[in-house]
Amino acid sequence: MFDRIREKLNVLADAAKYDVSCSSSGGTRKNDNKGLGDSHSSGICHTYTEDGRCVSLLKILLTNHCIYDCAFCVSRKSNDVKRAAFTVDEVVELTMNFYRRNYIEGLFLSSGIFKNADFTMERLLLVVKKLRLEQRYNGYIHLKTIPGASDELIKEAGLYADRMSINLEMPTEAGLKLLAPEKSHADVIKPLSFVQQHIVQFAEDKKLIKHIPKFVPAGQSTQMVVGATSESDKDVMYMASAFYKNFALKRVYYSGYVPISHDTRMPVIGTQPPLLRENRLYQTDWLMRFYGFKIQEILNDANPNLDIDIDPKLSWAIRNMQHFPVDVNKAEYAMILRIPGIGVTSAKKIVQARKFGRLRIDQLKKIGVAYNRAKHFIICADSPYQIKDYQGTQIKAFILAESPSKYLKTDSNQLILF
Amino acid sequence: MIYVFDASLTGLLTAIFECFERKNGTVTLIAEKYHQPDAFNESLYVYSDEQKAERVWLALQKKLSPIGLRKFYCGYLSEIPEAYNHLFQYSIYIFKNSFGAENNYGNAHVTALSKYAKSVEREKHRMEAFIRFQQTADGIFYAGIDPDFNVLPLISNHFKNRYADQRWIIYDLKRGYGLHYDLNKVEEMTLSFSAETNKAKPVLAAMDEKEALYSILWKDYFKSTNIPARKNTKLHVQHVPKRYWKYLTEKQ
Repeated sequence: MFDRIREKLNVLADAAKYDVSCSSSGGTRKNDNKGLGDSHSSGICHTYTEDGRCVSLLKILLTNHCIYDCAFCVSRKSNDVKRAAFTVDEVVELTMNFYRRNYIEGLFLSSGIFKNADFTMERLLLVVKKLRLEQRYNGYIHLKTIPGASDELIKEAGLYADRMSINLEMPTEAGLKLLAPEKSHADVIKPLSFVQQHIVQFAEDKKLIKHIPKFVPAGQSTQMVVGATSESDKDVMYMASAFYKNFALKRVYYSGYVPISHDTRMPVIGTQPPLLRENRLYQTDWLMRFYGFKIQEILNDANPNLDIDIDPKLSWAIRNMQHFPVDVNKAEYAMILRIPGIGVTSAKKIVQARKFGRLRIDQLKKIGVAYNRAKHFIICADSPYQIKDYQGTQIKAFILAESPSKYLKTDSNQLILF
Repeated sequence: MIYVFDASLTGLLTAIFECFERKNGTVTLIAEKYHQPDAFNESLYVYSDEQKAERVWLALQKKLSPIGLRKFYCGYLSEIPEAYNHLFQYSIYIFKNSFGAENNYGNAHVTALSKYAKSVEREKHRMEAFIRFQQTADGIFYAGIDPDFNVLPLISNHFKNRYADQRWIIYDLKRGYGLHYDLNKVEEMTLSFSAETNKAKPVLAAMDEKEALYSILWKDYFKSTNIPARKNTKLHVQHVPKRYWKYLTEKQ
């Protein structure tokens, strides 16, 4: 019995691991019934795997049996892998016992599609209902919306889940059609917007009626696989930007494709996943969401791909030297935020601190500014007088000379000359 | 002038009171256990006084935002020898300036306190993340920890709200006290260990029969969810520094 559970857990956790979302933030559920679990607004990562990714949720598939044959997916019908399925009680037991020991922040439940979408969604719903209603579990639940499931089922699931997500898989429709001919972006958009409409609706009702149940309080997210087909960074980020705007998504995840099949349409097994590119996409995502950048400023027809050797914020600054240097004692917050080497926390502290007197270099360093990087772009109270105006390319060379990218040291594509 | 105090919060607040009362000019505060008497500086031992401390605490509440007050408390819990003097100077600075002075990040004491508070909050968050309970045979969930800073007072509510339906003990092995939740309230407690007990990981005999089972399942899960092709040991160690591995079931 025990060995059987072990085996199932191994198979179904292994199959779920390519879904990168593991955040547990944004939950607002309180432990008000003296049950188990309470949400933590910023989420908690309880451990990290050896690949450096956070583990906050018990991320499993209910089953890896699937009727679809998507080339990029490890659970595709034609793949010869061990198949397994959990019972509803097994998932509930695992979740409760892991949570009680403070191993996890909650459950991330996904599933391969067996029989049909509704049948699968019903099973997922059974698990979350049992957790919430019978076990008085108030921890985090991230539930996959199964594309094609009926509206009633999705709506009911939204009452028990904290976050729901559904993956775009490929950034372009053409890419998706190539690798998963049975799927289309429209299948994703329909349930995404259905859930979004209800989130808005519940929020409206909440203003009028006090006691209204929560509906997907931590919002929705999606994921795109990058590097499986030949899309540009511009394609990826414009798609992400549109989804943030249209469906008020909390997160878009970018997952560097890890080769898992011998399919000739995609990179072969053994190819290194595009980790650096993935990192640059996340940096761009952050610039969009927290730094007030419009995506068109970072990626456009002239620059369809992100620089690999420098981050997108520095790259933007170097292309737009007309905005610099910025006087940190006078400039407005939005402009300070755009200086390479100054993040959100430092920018806020600068705006607070300069009310008490003009800031000097040593103070900026104490505040937490990466001064070696920022010095090329700022003026403060005791900036050294500089006669020469450096070109963007020169500044880039200075910065690269003193801080070589941590990735380039191990970059396997780089030939060693000497 | 040097003030020496007993390293308690009451003592610290009393010292602030004395400084304004006695008008000794420039004063440095130092905890008794770190104090080395020297020939050139006069020193004064500050006796903790509840009433004086209470007055200073109330005054601080008026001068600081709730966030500022929390930073002050976190700074105290850091137990770093230099932090006491920074807290002392910070308070004097706060009292001598109008409300809002806590945001002057150009001031050395404000930035120092902000740094200590950040370290303590990070340690608090790590404890919320890395504590692993083990279910004992009598149904209590036990975790032994030895955090860098004295964070038990900060994590108490988090665990009380979260594990409302199970009895638990979190024991700070370094500082020799713990928290015990009995399904109603959290109380401070001390345990007496016999010399041969392994305090951090008590023997399995004392554990619930299912304990070993779930720890194996968790270790399995930890292995299965890893993607070997993306191995990044540097990042892994950065997120989970090695000194925390002893808590983690999955790293045993």
